[in-house]
Amino acid sequence: MTALPAVRRRSLRLPVAWRRPAAIGGAVVLLAWIVIALLDPVIGLQGPLQRDVEVALQAPSAAHPFGTDELGRDVLARTLWGVQASLPLAVVLVAGSLVIGSLLGAVAGYLGGVVDEVIMRIADLVFAFPTIILAMVVAAALGPSLANAVVALLIVSWPNYARVMRALVLGARGQEYVVAGRLLGAGPFTSLRRDVLPNVSAPMLVLAMLDFGNQILLLAGLSFLGLGAVPPTPEWGSMVADGVEQFSSWWLATFPGLAIFSVVVAFNLIGDSLRDALDPRIAGAVQGSSL
Amino acid sequence: MTTRLAVEGATVTYRQPGRGVLTAVDGVDLEVGAGEVVGLVGESGCGKSTLARAVCGLEPLAGGRILLDGEPIGRLGLRSRPERLRRIQMVFQNPYASLNPRRRVGAQIEDGRRVSAGEAPSVVELLESVGLEASAASRYPHEFSGGQRQRVAIARAMAAGPELLIGDEPIASLDASLQARVAALMRRVALERGASLLFISHDLAVVRVIADRIAVMQAGRIVEQGPAEQVWADPQHPYTRRLLAAIPIADGLGRLPVV
Amino acid sequence: MSGLEIRGLALELGGRRILDGVDVDVPAGQVTGLAGESGSGKTMTGLAVLGLQPAGARRSGTIAYDDGKVRVPNLLDLRPGAMNRLRGRRIAMVFQDPTASLQPMLSIGTQLTDHMRRHLGLSRAAARTRAAELLERVRVPSPEAALRRYPHQFSGGQLQRVAIAIAIACDPEVLIADEPTTALDVTVQAGVLRLLRELTDDLGLAVLLVTHDLGVMSAVADTVAVMRDGRVVEHGSRYQVIREPRTAYARELVESLPRTPPPGTGEGSA
Repeated sequence: MTALPAVRRRSLRLPVAWRRPAAIGGAVVLLAWIVIALLDPVIGLQGPLQRDVEVALQAPSAAHPFGTDELGRDVLARTLWGVQASLPLAVVLVAGSLVIGSLLGAVAGYLGGVVDEVIMRIADLVFAFPTIILAMVVAAALGPSLANAVVALLIVSWPNYARVMRALVLGARGQEYVVAGRLLGAGPFTSLRRDVLPNVSAPMLVLAMLDFGNQILLLAGLSFLGLGAVPPTPEWGSMVADGVEQFSSWWLATFPGLAIFSVVVAFNLIGDSLRDALDPRIAGAVQGSSL
Repeated sequence: MTTRLAVEGATVTYRQPGRGVLTAVDGVDLEVGAGEVVGLVGESGCGKSTLARAVCGLEPLAGGRILLDGEPIGRLGLRSRPERLRRIQMVFQNPYASLNPRRRVGAQIEDGRRVSAGEAPSVVELLESVGLEASAASRYPHEFSGGQRQRVAIARAMAAGPELLIGDEPIASLDASLQARVAALMRRVALERGASLLFISHDLAVVRVIADRIAVMQAGRIVEQGPAEQVWADPQHPYTRRLLAAIPIADGLGRLPVV
Repeated sequence: MSGLEIRGLALELGGRRILDGVDVDVPAGQVTGLAGESGSGKTMTGLAVLGLQPAGARRSGTIAYDDGKVRVPNLLDLRPGAMNRLRGRRIAMVFQDPTASLQPMLSIGTQLTDHMRRHLGLSRAAARTRAAELLERVRVPSPEAALRRYPHQFSGGQLQRVAIAIAIACDPEVLIADEPTTALDVTVQAGVLRLLRELTDDLGLAVLLVTHDLGVMSAVADTVAVMRDGRVVEHGSRYQVIREPRTAYARELVESLPRTPPPGTGEGSA
């Protein structure tokens, strides 16, 4: 075969997605949090665990812009350190449930029959309970810790991905190019990897983006219920929980709450823009748009 | 002429929820000889596409059998297709759905070359044989028009070195000005590589030009078959006559086709 | 002249000139064919006449409308409300895929009577009676029963007849038919073509028939306009364009068709 001229592979069209103001806003917020997570040790703010009972429960001031909690710890420092727990764990959660859910969903959709029945009935079982309740039960059974909270959330999150993936694969499986691939001798796994998955990956990616905020909230929720981060680890959810107990000190819950809010909104903005950018009706060309 | 494909009393049924069983293909007998071009003609819902899928092993037979070179064709299940059966290849109806949108044209033709039993022609040769330039190999399907995509699909099918090429309404989605050209191209490349061609279409006028033999299908059965010119000029079955009379001929005379 | 007179119709979309000065006459009582390959702009011409061009498209040129009673010097100058009153009432349309152009959740009767009641101000009972007459006119069997059925209960050919019945319900002067038989089987197509011709002759409709099929063109069109790259390259009588094309492009289109002696006559069996 002759050498082919190098042509830049058409990527997921991220540049278009980034050109939207919403996406830029979301990306800036997210980037800021990542920088904070990296710089936490460098900034040299008063350590998040450093207690000073002298200044317990002080309202925001010049010395403590976000105030202090009942043990005299600086809320600003704890909020900024909290991103180190929430953000990486959310990534692990989303990536984990995306991989597990997509694999199971793709196999169920492509192979059908008994495999499909077994996988999807297990998924139904998970769906039968309210997410947070089931996560609580699992986390409680495993014992409170952030790692166990992640496992619990993975168990309750994958079916969502599996269900969407299965539907996408069912649709793509009958496409003529998939059949053509099978006629050329591709086995089911080659066919799935080469012809089916690349063509359904875009919507799955969008789903994952929109799920980030959800996962951060669930994780915060578990911590709030005392099933995630163990004190004294700074984690937004547990900080909000502490704040709620000290009702007169509004700053305790407000600032970590705002932190959760900002990250959730950032991921949602990025997810929305990504969906628009990947939508063939808007992005055109993927399916060969006519006039 | 040796028989390449033999369809003997093939029957394909579908179970329709609440409406019983639908017989899509009803005891069809059909033969395609080596190096022969057979046109299978009929209207939508007559079972011609189902028959094509059955020949590829994509539909289970409820009765009868289908033989390639005397050996029965089994159903393509979940395992990869046995080598023997890869000698049957198909060109599909919708040029916008028959190529993987995320893979280069060259890579998709390469898939075909890999299963070729003998010496496979190069991708460039294959592209040239269907009238495309060598540079097409490095491009993606969306960069081509419908007619060009159908040429790519033909090249991909031919890359596998098939003994039997099936066209399932391969020209139905193309402009009228392209239909006869693409059909003739399919006949030429198939015969050049020693393959037989089973060409399925609803358009008798095009089929007549490229087929050696025509079989007319109605409601799951073949009602008439014979040499192309004979079926065209001297149709025996009333359905064939109706079909022929309904074809609007571009003669500029303003003759309304007969209902 | 009664009918449509399209002069220098241009349409620009996203910086691309899709129509580049289209000149076509669509006189009453005649079928005017608009031929061409995909991308030639023939469908866009039909949509532009109806004011249904894609959002963001800019039109220029003139489309004069005249039916003896109403005269509009240029449809492009009409405000959306006025165009809405004209569309469906005096200018009607039929699309390629009747399964997509009819609302699946509404009965045929509802879809037929709805716009008659709006445009013609008929009572429910009167609209119902007229709807049954229309279905009979387009030869849908047992019209009364058909009114109560839903689109999925009809075959493609019957459905296209229903779509035509809806189009002619308000006695339009102009009918724009975009590939009305392309999705149909050839035996069904023959019936719909006959119906189209009959309605043109009986009702004095001005029909703009958009199709890529020169066979269809040859069967029903009186004049044929051949389009390429947003322009009409040849416009003449059916016989002239198909038998003695003047431009190389029109000749190419005609010659690309399979050469066929008339079937079933014993000719060509040499």
